[in-house]
Amino acid sequence: MIQYETAAALRQACIDGQTTAQAQTEAYLAQIAKYDGVYHCYNTLNEKAAEQAAAVDAKLAAGEIAGPLAGVPVAIKDNLATQEMTTTCSSKILEGFISPYDATVVQKLQAAGAIILGKTNMDEFAMGSTTETSYTGATKNPWNAGHVPGGSSGGSAAAVAAGEAPLALGSDTGGSIRQPCAYCGLTGIKPTYGAVSRYGLLAYGSSLDQIGPMAYTVEDCANLLQVIAGYDEKDSTSTQGLSFDFTNALQNDDLRGKKLGLPKNYLGEGLDPEIEQAVRAACEQLAALGAEIVEFEMPMIEYAVPAYYIIACAEASSNLSRYDGIKYGYHPESFADLEDLYLTARSQGFGPEVKRRIMLGTFALSSGYYDAYYQKALKVRALIKQKFDKAFAEYDAIVSPVAPTTAPKLNESLSDPLAMYLSDIYTVSVNLVGIPAVSLPCGFSAAGLPIGMQLLGRNFAEEGLVNLAQAYQMHTDWHAKRPVLKEAE
Amino acid sequence: MEIDRKMVEYVAELSKLRLTEPEKELMQQDLSKVLQYMDILNSLPTNEVEPLTHVSGVENVFREDVAQPSFAREKILQNALAAEEGCFKVPQTVE
Repeated sequence: MIQYETAAALRQACIDGQTTAQAQTEAYLAQIAKYDGVYHCYNTLNEKAAEQAAAVDAKLAAGEIAGPLAGVPVAIKDNLATQEMTTTCSSKILEGFISPYDATVVQKLQAAGAIILGKTNMDEFAMGSTTETSYTGATKNPWNAGHVPGGSSGGSAAAVAAGEAPLALGSDTGGSIRQPCAYCGLTGIKPTYGAVSRYGLLAYGSSLDQIGPMAYTVEDCANLLQVIAGYDEKDSTSTQGLSFDFTNALQNDDLRGKKLGLPKNYLGEGLDPEIEQAVRAACEQLAALGAEIVEFEMPMIEYAVPAYYIIACAEASSNLSRYDGIKYGYHPESFADLEDLYLTARSQGFGPEVKRRIMLGTFALSSGYYDAYYQKALKVRALIKQKFDKAFAEYDAIVSPVAPTTAPKLNESLSDPLAMYLSDIYTVSVNLVGIPAVSLPCGFSAAGLPIGMQLLGRNFAEEGLVNLAQAYQMHTDWHAKRPVLKEAE
Repeated sequence: MEIDRKMVEYVAELSKLRLTEPEKELMQQDLSKVLQYMDILNSLPTNEVEPLTHVSGVENVFREDVAQPSFAREKILQNALAAEEGCFKVPQTVE
């Protein structure tokens, strides 16, 4: 069945003449029509998808495009700017917003011959860990529709898990690619800060945000990352001269000589025992392929969440000040004067979690508290970076859980914001220090929910991380499992 | 730290948010709880540490000052609250 094939298999089927870009795009649109009423992965569909796929078929036939994404459908998160569809960040304040330009990653996808299926649901402005803060309603986990898909890229993850797309783009500010991949049994990459242009990614925390791939396999993720990575003059934080080549990384399962650190203080208390067991079993598998696994103490993890939330919210409060009800998005029907227009647009346009984070960030940046909170968090960030530098002087990669639990039930997370923030404990450090990480499936709970692990590397170690993940996936089949979907009632 | 009602109102004003009374109450509780947790950072000595604002290590990025076409005016204004004569139209700001 086409809906559960990897992007690599779809591409091969096109090359072999078994299918066409248009036919497979139409098959995904049919799957979306059948199941999106249950899972709500998409906010908006690309009405021109089939037409664009036909144009790609013509280019394929003429030999004008050839890469691994040529003719492959892909879903993109609704915080990536597109001229042909609305870009809403799942927020009322961006209702109906049409971007005057395409994000750089969108241009690169189109140039590579990928077909954009639509824009996926997310936590409002990527603020949340469950996709429940979305203004358009919660996305459901394809493995169990009573559970969340994770967040904030929950729509992208659920779309791939439900066979509504073979590939997706997400964004990761504090775990928003990796955690939904773990909850939905997928593989995802949070690239090194600067590896992928953020031009056209609607900003949340500008010093933390990165766009990255989500798919069944690390091979598909690597192929997608290779297409979207690279310097962009429109993002001055993107890295000059960068280009990935994963060819060797994807062919080699010999891990001899690789030294992997397993932080023992990440395990034990606070971590679901089933997840600890799965991560330890994955380490044994990696050891069987030749890697040396060393348990060590990774200090400062308890400071990562508070430092992260201060910095992310501070940056968000500044970034979200642009939403004023005048230039784009939601416009209030009536207002008394300019001040009233601002207040009405923002108060009616933002949801509770976004307001909370704007308030938290504004507080941390306000006169009298700036040093005690914002500056303090930046100093702690520097200390955390020192600890990671030290660890990477010793280890080629760090193996870690992604989240302390499997996917929570719907409607259980939002009532206690602090508890929700604390569930990001294993993911936020990566963004604070800018390093890359791969999240990949490594088991299932007794309740049948996916379990993920992550591999963390030093800056620009994506090829090494992909190699580790690929070696693991060559010898395991967690990434090949697919859920049984619930039919619409 | 503990946040009082006055602080909630002050920060809301800075944030250009209008909160209802029940929202203020909830915001006060949530922010107090989160900030109390964040106070754990105070247990770390950081006097000798330089703040890390950005991880990419890039310096200023310069380019030649070459004129390029900007976005079409109608594309920018298509999302506006109101437009007139090719400009954003806003409520009167100066008496």
